[in-house]
Amino acid sequence: MPEITREEVAHLARLSRLALDDAELDGLAAQLDVILAAVAQISQVTDAADVPPTTHAVPLENVTRPDVVRPSLRREDVLAGAPAAEDGRFRVPRILDDSA
Amino acid sequence: MTDLTRLTAVETAAAVASRDVSAVEVARAHLDRIAAVDGAVHAFLHVDADGALAQAARVDAGEVTGPLAGVPLALKDVIVTRGVPTTVGSRILEGWRPPYDATVTTRLRDAGVVVLGKTNMDEFAMGSSTEHSAYGPTHNPWDLTRTPGGSGGGSAAAVAAYEAPLGVGTDTGGSIRQPASVTGTVGVKPTYGGVSRFGLVAFSSSLDQAGPCARTVLDAALLHEAIGGHDPADSTSIDAPVPPVVEAARRASVQGLRVAVVRELTGEGYEAGVQERFDEAVALLSELGATVTEVSCPHFVHALPAYYLIAPSEASSNLARFDSVRYGLRVGDDGDRSLEEVMSLTRDAGFGAEVKRRIILGTYALSSGYYDAYYGQAQKVRTLITRDFTAAFEQADVLVSPASPGVAFPLGAKLDDPLAMYRQDLATIPSNLYGGPAMSLPVGLSEGLPVGLQVMAPTMRDDLLYQVGGALEAALHDRWGGPLLASAPELEAARA
Amino acid sequence: MTVPYDQALSEFEAVIGLETHVELGTAAKMFCGCDTSFGAEPNTHTCPVCLGLPGALPVVNAQAIESTIRIGLALHCDIAAWCRFARKNYFYPDMPKNFQTSQYDEPLCTGGYLDVDVPGEDGTPEVVRVPIERVHLEEDTGKSLHVGGATGRIHGASHSLVDYNRAGIPLVEIVTRPVVGTGPRAAEVARAYVAELRDVLRGLGVSDVRMEQGSLRCDVNVSLNRPGQPWGTRSETKNVNSLRSVERAVRSEVERQAARLRDGERIVQETRHFHEDTGLSTPGRSKEEATDYRYFPEPDLAPVAPDPAWVAELRAALPDPPSVRRKRLTAELGLSARDSAAMVNAGVLDLVLATVEAGAPAAEARNMWLGPLAQAANTRGVEAADLPVAPAQVARVVELVSSGALTAGLARQVVDGVLAGEGEPDDVVAGRGLAVVSDEGALGEAVDAALAAQPAVAEKVRAGKVQAVGALVGAVMKATRGQADAPVVRRLLLERLGVEG
Ligand SMILES: [Mg+2]
Ligand SMILES: [Zn+2]
Repeated sequence: MPEITREEVAHLARLSRLALDDAELDGLAAQLDVILAAVAQISQVTDAADVPPTTHAVPLENVTRPDVVRPSLRREDVLAGAPAAEDGRFRVPRILDDSA
Repeated sequence: MTDLTRLTAVETAAAVASRDVSAVEVARAHLDRIAAVDGAVHAFLHVDADGALAQAARVDAGEVTGPLAGVPLALKDVIVTRGVPTTVGSRILEGWRPPYDATVTTRLRDAGVVVLGKTNMDEFAMGSSTEHSAYGPTHNPWDLTRTPGGSGGGSAAAVAAYEAPLGVGTDTGGSIRQPASVTGTVGVKPTYGGVSRFGLVAFSSSLDQAGPCARTVLDAALLHEAIGGHDPADSTSIDAPVPPVVEAARRASVQGLRVAVVRELTGEGYEAGVQERFDEAVALLSELGATVTEVSCPHFVHALPAYYLIAPSEASSNLARFDSVRYGLRVGDDGDRSLEEVMSLTRDAGFGAEVKRRIILGTYALSSGYYDAYYGQAQKVRTLITRDFTAAFEQADVLVSPASPGVAFPLGAKLDDPLAMYRQDLATIPSNLYGGPAMSLPVGLSEGLPVGLQVMAPTMRDDLLYQVGGALEAALHDRWGGPLLASAPELEAARA
Repeated sequence: MTVPYDQALSEFEAVIGLETHVELGTAAKMFCGCDTSFGAEPNTHTCPVCLGLPGALPVVNAQAIESTIRIGLALHCDIAAWCRFARKNYFYPDMPKNFQTSQYDEPLCTGGYLDVDVPGEDGTPEVVRVPIERVHLEEDTGKSLHVGGATGRIHGASHSLVDYNRAGIPLVEIVTRPVVGTGPRAAEVARAYVAELRDVLRGLGVSDVRMEQGSLRCDVNVSLNRPGQPWGTRSETKNVNSLRSVERAVRSEVERQAARLRDGERIVQETRHFHEDTGLSTPGRSKEEATDYRYFPEPDLAPVAPDPAWVAELRAALPDPPSVRRKRLTAELGLSARDSAAMVNAGVLDLVLATVEAGAPAAEARNMWLGPLAQAANTRGVEAADLPVAPAQVARVVELVSSGALTAGLARQVVDGVLAGEGEPDDVVAGRGLAVVSDEGALGEAVDAALAAQPAVAEKVRAGKVQAVGALVGAVMKATRGQADAPVVRRLLLERLGVEG
């Protein structure tokens, strides 16, 4: 039976960029235990061992497009939804966490 | 004069085409209906009256014609609409007006369909009750204290409440069919790859599929044909004509057809009233000339766990783009915090509890050390489920089951129990994992609430759903003396 | 605290590895139809797909698949019968979807090699075979401009500005296996490998391979071990963006690691950043937590299964490898051994040949590369191949001269303009207004002014001393800042003076 610790949830939250507070971490650790217990039966499906995985419901191959330039969006439309923009670019807070 | 909101899509299109009524009048009638009842139902997140009336005017001017020209439609808010808010039921996209149209949106406009607005949904389509919308739940028109199912509860409720004759939903694990089942409407998940996913905000890419919601099988078929077909912008789109669904809905015969009940999708876990209506409908199919048998699909019992590993995994990746950089919400940017902090605060504030739960679960299932045991194993189980389907379709042309284990449940009843919520999709998930088409259509009432029957067909045999659905619907309407929805309570009365 | 390179390599054995990223020269991006050309206004070559807008979906550029297979074939790789794209999940603002669509355990090409010439100990060339692990296809990221810190560096910046024009440009990653046994020539082999790889890519016509514009970028792995001991811990130096730097990066890392090992310290497995200005590297972010990319097969793209018959066709149509091509072309062009040697020494032989292949006569191509371009390289302290000008652009300048649209002097100005990033040769001609003026009406005024300014010279010519007209032509050329068509000026002057040319 998988057991998921609070620290593991914190690690997953970091990987997925979620600033979970302590209550959320505790709550999720408990819920994930229940959910994982429910889905863990899947590892007991022994006749799956030699079966190829299905990644695509409908098997297609070699779906491509020709190397042709198509119109891009207008920049005003590109930046219209941006939380912050400057000089035609998307503005983001400092990337490195090195000031503190 | 007849109430224009009570017409089917076929009747509406005919009335508009023959100029008995204008498309603008039809649109106005529905906008009025929305104004009157949506305060109680809350099917819509955004009503685009101007856009709808402009499109109706184009139809009246003869600029667009076709079998659905002038017919109003309720579009699930997961489908991108240029210049019209698209939120996916999430705070993180509040106020976002996309700079482009989904292929489905384009095809609807080209068909002369009048999109009335965007409908409510569980956030990012994660849920089975529409209670996980960041903008409040939708209420079931049959009983406003109950949920309309989910995630596409908004489109299903709009159709059931006569706010629109047609709706478009998306179905990753049952999000079209389960709401159809509990609102007494018709909902179809087409074959995966049958309707373009371009412009459909992704939940689980290998499972998502858009499809029609309607009050009749024929209406659903017309909409299916309008939005379906190959799209070069979607690499998983099937390059083949749409199966002849309209013709099949009109033929509406099960004479000589082999119908099989899936043993694993009946009995335990299904409400008695649901099971009774289902059994009666199966008996009716037999009366109508179908050969009814039972098949076993032993791996279907693993469908729910496989789904709850595959879908969250893909979602954890698909939802990574909501990062406060290019669009959507940004929280906590005080000029001092780093991007990572701002991103994490934004995502924590912008996503609801269910979305966060699934992101964490999916991140876990994909992480190194767990991949093989979870995601990898789930995909192998997916192969076994597909093999079960293939074997079953050697014995039967279509498979049937109840569409949902129960009737509409009260608002809040399952909110604190994720697993109970997840079990709503017990019967619908196998078709998503396999990729084949499936339909839910109403077959009666239990405790005064609708019960849906699910028909499942082989990949690219969507026409069989409509053939069976059309036949069953005709026979049931004869039995009931009209559509099931006619027995739904009047909303105005309910509100008063 | 470093050990001199030669000394380090007499004490330790170096194992090197190179990861090269090459932007393909397709017209459109990897998964959408946006233009790939360099230097556009920020965020003008973007669309829902390459911005990662909700709902947008990728479709593979067929040309990118073909180019990658051709690269694989040229590097003697096996081409996968069936492979997939995968998602590499991590957050970075340059990357719109916060996953990179790449290839993971199923690359398109595997297991090849590239033979490179390096000078042996006695100076004669020796062939070193560099084993290739894999060649796979992925997408490039956007670019960030860091504001508020020193010299645009990410460290100390107050905020950053992101441009997604480059996001989604097809990127081929070529990874070597560990290269061992290079003895004292580890750095030379690394450099020769990248140079040869660049020539192969240029010969295939799949990329403009311009390191200064980032269309070819290198990561250099180095580890040291004492003879007979297992391989050491490796470092990965990123940002190595010129041939010279490849060599310098290996050298400095060998010197640094040798010193640590000698002092009994351990080498930390880390990512280091190379600085062109100092030739040294500094450690990357220290706060790295174990990266977990959570790869999984990309559900939005269909698998790639190249038809073996098509692959055979591509193989049959491959151009000669650079070494063979060099021999053939020098023979065809009748270049003397001395000429070839001069061009090899100046590092321009392949560039001359590529310019010839782009349509320029051999002599002119040679003169351009050994003349103004060699000078420019010298002034900038870079190799000619690292100059921001492509052989096709040089060929265009030559063509403009031979058509009479440019004089030799103007050609030099056009080259300067291209090097200064003013665009294609024709853009520079238009932008700087450099076209030759041969319109007689327009030149008449300057001709008259020259005659009026130098009456004595005019008189000499009139008196029959025709060669004296050169001074007047020179004055007109000067007055028109070199743009006048000299033969036309000469004719006009002689006409005015009533003398037969
Ligand atoms: Mg890479
Ligand atoms: Zn694009």
